Amino acid sequence: MPVAGSFKSRWRSRYEHLHPVLPGDKTVGKDGVPDDPANPCWQIGPPFSAERKTLPMSRTINLRAMANLQAEHPTAVPSPATITPELLKQHSITPDEYKRIEEALGRVPSLTELGIFSVMWSEHCSYKSSRVHLKRLPTKGERTSGPGSVVQGPGENAGIIDVGDGWACAFKIESHNHPSYIEPYQGAATGVGGILRDIFTMNARPLAVMDSLRFGPLDETEPDEALRRKNHQVVTGIVHGVAGYGNCFGVPNLGGETRFEPCYSGNPLLNAFALGLVKTDEIFYAKAVGIGNPVIYVGAKTGRDGIHGATMASEEFTEGSEQKRPNVQMGDPFLEKLLLEACIEAMATGAVLGIQDMGAAGLTCSTCEMGARGGLGLTVELDRVPQRETGMTSYEIMLSESQERMLLVADKERAVEVLDVFSKWGLDASIVGEVTAEPRMRITQRGVLVADISNQSLTDDAPVYHRPVGEWKAPVSLDPPAEVLAELQKPRDYTADLKKLLASANICDKRWVFEQYDSMVQTNTVQGPGGEAGVMRIKGTGVKGSVLSPTEDTEKPYAAHERGLAMALAGNGRWTYLDPKLGAMHAVAEAARKVACTGATPVAATNCLNFGNPEKPEIMAQLSSAIDGISEACTALGTPITGGNVSLYNETKGVGIYPTPVLGVVGIIDDVTKSVPSSFQEVGLKVLLLQSTTETQGSEIHEFGSSDYAKTIHSELWGTPPWINLKGEAALHKALRKLADRRLIRSAKDVSDGGLAVALAESCFRKDVGVHVNLGPLGTEGSLTALFMENAGEVIVTCTPEDYGQICMLLDEEGSYWPLDLGETIDGRIEIFAGDNELVESPISELRAVWAGALDEQLAGEVVTA
Amino acid sequence: MKFGVLVFPGSNCDHDTYHVINELTKQPVTFLWHASEDLQGCDAILVPGGFAYGDYLRTGAIAKFAPVMQSVIKFANNGGLVFGICNGFQILCESGLLPGALMRNAGLHYICKQVHLRTETTDSPFTHGIERGRVLQMPIGHMEGNYFCDADTLAKLKAEDRIAFRYATPAGEITPGANPNGSLENIAGVLSEGRNVLGMMPHPDRSSESILGSADGLLLFRSLVESLALAR
Repeated sequence: MPVAGSFKSRWRSRYEHLHPVLPGDKTVGKDGVPDDPANPCWQIGPPFSAERKTLPMSRTINLRAMANLQAEHPTAVPSPATITPELLKQHSITPDEYKRIEEALGRVPSLTELGIFSVMWSEHCSYKSSRVHLKRLPTKGERTSGPGSVVQGPGENAGIIDVGDGWACAFKIESHNHPSYIEPYQGAATGVGGILRDIFTMNARPLAVMDSLRFGPLDETEPDEALRRKNHQVVTGIVHGVAGYGNCFGVPNLGGETRFEPCYSGNPLLNAFALGLVKTDEIFYAKAVGIGNPVIYVGAKTGRDGIHGATMASEEFTEGSEQKRPNVQMGDPFLEKLLLEACIEAMATGAVLGIQDMGAAGLTCSTCEMGARGGLGLTVELDRVPQRETGMTSYEIMLSESQERMLLVADKERAVEVLDVFSKWGLDASIVGEVTAEPRMRITQRGVLVADISNQSLTDDAPVYHRPVGEWKAPVSLDPPAEVLAELQKPRDYTADLKKLLASANICDKRWVFEQYDSMVQTNTVQGPGGEAGVMRIKGTGVKGSVLSPTEDTEKPYAAHERGLAMALAGNGRWTYLDPKLGAMHAVAEAARKVACTGATPVAATNCLNFGNPEKPEIMAQLSSAIDGISEACTALGTPITGGNVSLYNETKGVGIYPTPVLGVVGIIDDVTKSVPSSFQEVGLKVLLLQSTTETQGSEIHEFGSSDYAKTIHSELWGTPPWINLKGEAALHKALRKLADRRLIRSAKDVSDGGLAVALAESCFRKDVGVHVNLGPLGTEGSLTALFMENAGEVIVTCTPEDYGQICMLLDEEGSYWPLDLGETIDGRIEIFAGDNELVESPISELRAVWAGALDEQLAGEVVTA
Repeated sequence: MKFGVLVFPGSNCDHDTYHVINELTKQPVTFLWHASEDLQGCDAILVPGGFAYGDYLRTGAIAKFAPVMQSVIKFANNGGLVFGICNGFQILCESGLLPGALMRNAGLHYICKQVHLRTETTDSPFTHGIERGRVLQMPIGHMEGNYFCDADTLAKLKAEDRIAFRYATPAGEITPGANPNGSLENIAGVLSEGRNVLGMMPHPDRSSESILGSADGLLLFRSLVESLALAR
C-alpha cells in the first residue's frame, strides 16, 4: 500500500473500501485479479451536470476478469460462516430451512449467503405460507384482447391491463404495516415510494395513488392511555408521511379509506395503491437479457438502513420491536422524482433491456429475480456499488433496503447512453456487473467471491408451506346480548343516532387526511378524494372501441372525448372477522361497486391480504377462506387479480388484527365526461334506491350485528356480515354503467358504513342539497334496520323525473330489479319518513357540522411527532 | 410567440403548465432546463410548481442560484413577462423579482383544496382579460403559501395596485374564513414593480379545463397570450 502523503494515497486510505483501484495504479488487487488501470470502477459526477458525454466503455474488460474468477479458481467458494442456533434464530431461519440451504449449496453458506437466504425465504419475499392458496385466485378475465384485457398478471412488479387507444395501466397495492408502526412517518413515506417504483420500473408514469389506512381508536374506545397516545402519533405520522412523499414526488393522491378499530392499536395498516400509464408497446420487464450485457446500478447510494426489513415484516411484534427502528428505511421523495424522470428518459433511449427496482431485500432480490426471469445469471462486484457509509460489509450491502434505487441491464454497445441520462439528472449510475450464462447470482467484494447461489434455489425452490388450516369457528355469538336486543326493540330518537354515527371515526369526514395530499397535480383528476371512487382522465386518448361490450358499442360514433380510469379501495376487517369468506367477497364487491357508481366498468383488481400469524391454524383458516371469497367474487364480477401482496404476522403480543383483505379495483370509462359524481347535484331530482337483491338468506337481526350502528351505538359485535348476491351485484354494476353511458343518472352513491341514513346524509353535504325520503312499508316494518342496516349491493341514484321511466326499463332489460322510489332532493333539510312517521329530520348544516368536525376534534389532543 | 417552461430537478407541474400552453392556448412552448442559461428566444417564461431541488431548505432558496434563473432575472429586468405559479412564486420571491416571502401555512399542514380568488387588478398582462372583482375558482396545493411582507412594502403594493388576487368567499368577500393559509391581507398573488412579473400560489394550470372542476385559470393564460400578441 502506498503510504506517503500524496493526494492519491490520502484519497486511497479514505475511500479504499469504495475504490480499490485508482487511475494510474499499477497494483494488483488483494484478490489477485488485476484491475484495468485505464478504467477506474469509481465514478463521481458533478451534480446536475450534463457535461460528461463519454464514459470509458472498455470497463467491461474488468467485468470479464471478475466473471472468470470461478473458472480460474474452480475450488473457490465463499468462506463458510460459523453456524449456531442463535445465528439462525437471528435470521428467522428454522433448522429445517437451514438444512435445505446446505443442500441447495452443497456446502456451508457464508454469512452473506445466509443473509441472502433469510430475506429471500422470508414470508415477505417468498409468500411461503400463502403461495399454495394464492394459486386459487383468478388471474385472467373473460376479455382476451382490447380494453379491459389483462396484459400482465401476477409475478411482475405490477399487473397491467389494456385501457384502449394504445395505452395500458400498471397498478398494484402493497402493505408497509410493520415499518409504519415503528417509525410512522418514514414507514408510510417509503411505503408510497416502494409502490411508485414498482409502477415506473415498468415504464408507467404514476397517474394516481390511494391508500387504505387502519388505525387504533383516538378516543376512549382505546382504554389504554399510552396506546391511545401512540395511536395519535401513528395517525399523524402516517398521514404526514404519505403526504410528504407523494406531494413532493408529484403524484395525485385520490384518498382511499381510513378506518378505526381497537385491533389496530399496536398494529396499524398502511396499504398503498398506485397506478401508472404506459404505452402498450413500451412496457419494460424485470428480466435480464443478453449474456455479457452490463448490469447498472442507479439511484441513491446504499446505506445501512433497512437491513433485514423483509425479515422484520415476517415476524410478530413483541415488547422490544421499537428497538428495530434502524430496520426502517428513510425516504427521499426528491430523489425518487429524479429517478422517475431519469428512468423514463433512459428507457426511451432503447438502450435499457430490463429493469427492476430495489425494494424489499434490496440488491439481493433484484439480482436473483432479474436473473431468474431471464433464465440467466448476474455477477455483481460490490465495490462498484455506490455507498453512503464507509466500511460496509458484503452482508450489509446485499441486505440494505436503502430506498430510491434501481438495477437495470443495458445493451453493452449502448450503456453510455444510459449512464449519460442518469448523469444529466445528477444521479449515481455505476456498472456493477454483467449478465452471465449460468443461472446463478455471483457476488464478489474486492474480487473475493462472497456469495454464489443458483437463482432457482432463492426463488422457485424457496420453501412452500402447507401450513395446517384449522377449522374456522365464529368468534362471536350469532345473537345480540339480551339487553341490547331489548334496546333495539324500543322506539328511539333516530336523528340523535344518526348524528352519533356521522361523528363516529369510521364514518366521519376524512378531510383532515386527504386535504394534506396533493390530489390534483398532473391535471387529470376528474373526481378526487371524498367521493365513491377516484376518476382520472387519460390525456391523449379519444374514444376508439369500447369496453362496454365489443359487439354492441364498438361502432358507436362518440365525440372524441378522453377515456377515464376509476379506482377504489375497500376492505371491512370487522366483516372478514365475522366471516372470512363472506367478508372478503364484500371487499371485492364494494370496491367494484364504488367503481361502477362512477359509470366505469370494473375490469381488474389487486389485493393486499393483511392477516395474523400463519403458524396458527385458525389464522390460516381465515386466510384460506378469504382467498376463496375473493376468488369467487372476482370471478363473478369479472375483475381478475393481476397482483398484490400478502402481509402476515400482523400481531402484537400474540393478539392478531381483524383479518383484513383490502381490494383495489380499477375500471374503465369510455368517455370521462360521462362520469357520475356521488353527491346530490341539485334540488328537484328523484331519489331512487337500486338493489342487487330483494331477498336475503341471512337473518336480519344477525346481520345487523355487523353494522356500524351496533358498534357505535351499542358497542357490541355479533352475528354475520350481510348476505351477498353476486349475480345480482354483477347485473347492478352493468346497469349502473349503462345508466351513466346514457346520461340518465345525476349521482350514484353506494350504501355502506352506517346504512341508508348515513348514505343519504353524506350525499347532501358537498353541494348542500337536501333530501326528502319516505321509506314506506320498508320503514314501518322495521324503522331501525331500514335506516341503519348495511345491506350489500344498494346504490342511491338521482335522476330527473322525465328520465325515471327510461331507467326502470333499462334496469328491467339488464335483469336488475326495479328501483325503489324513495323521494326527491329538496332545499336545506334532510327528512326521512316511514309513512306518516317522521324518523329523521334535521337541517343539513347540523348534521354536516358533527360529521365534518369529528376527526379534528378527536385529533385535538394531537401528539406532535418528529 | 414562444413560451418557455422552466424545469428544475423536482419541478412537478412543468408538464401541466406545458399542457395548458400547448393544448389549450395552442401556442408554441418549450421546456428550459435549469442548468442552461439559454432562454431559446422565448417571449414569456413560466416558472411551474413543484419542489425545486427537493425544497429541503427554504422553498426556492436553491433554485434562485440555478443558471437558468440568472437569465430569467435579466429577462425580467428588461421587461420580459415572467409568471410563477406556486413553487414558481416562491422562487421568484427568493430571486428578488417579487417582494415578500412565503412562510409555512398558518395551520402547519400541506393544504390541497379548491379556493376562491377575487381579481384585484386588471392592469397587468396576466389579468387584463378578467373583470376587476371577478371571483375565480382555483385549487391550491402547498405547505408554504402564507404570504408576508413588511408594512412599507404592503403600503407600496397597495398604492401601486400590485396585489393581483386575494383569497375570497365565493361571493367575493375578503374574510379571515376565506384565507386558507394565513396570508397577509388574504394576498394570493402579487405583481412586480414593472407589472411584467406575476407570482401566485393558487394553480391556474390546474383549473383550465371544466372537466377538472374549473376553467377559470385559462383566463390568465389567455390574457397572457393576448398581451404578447398586442406587444408584437
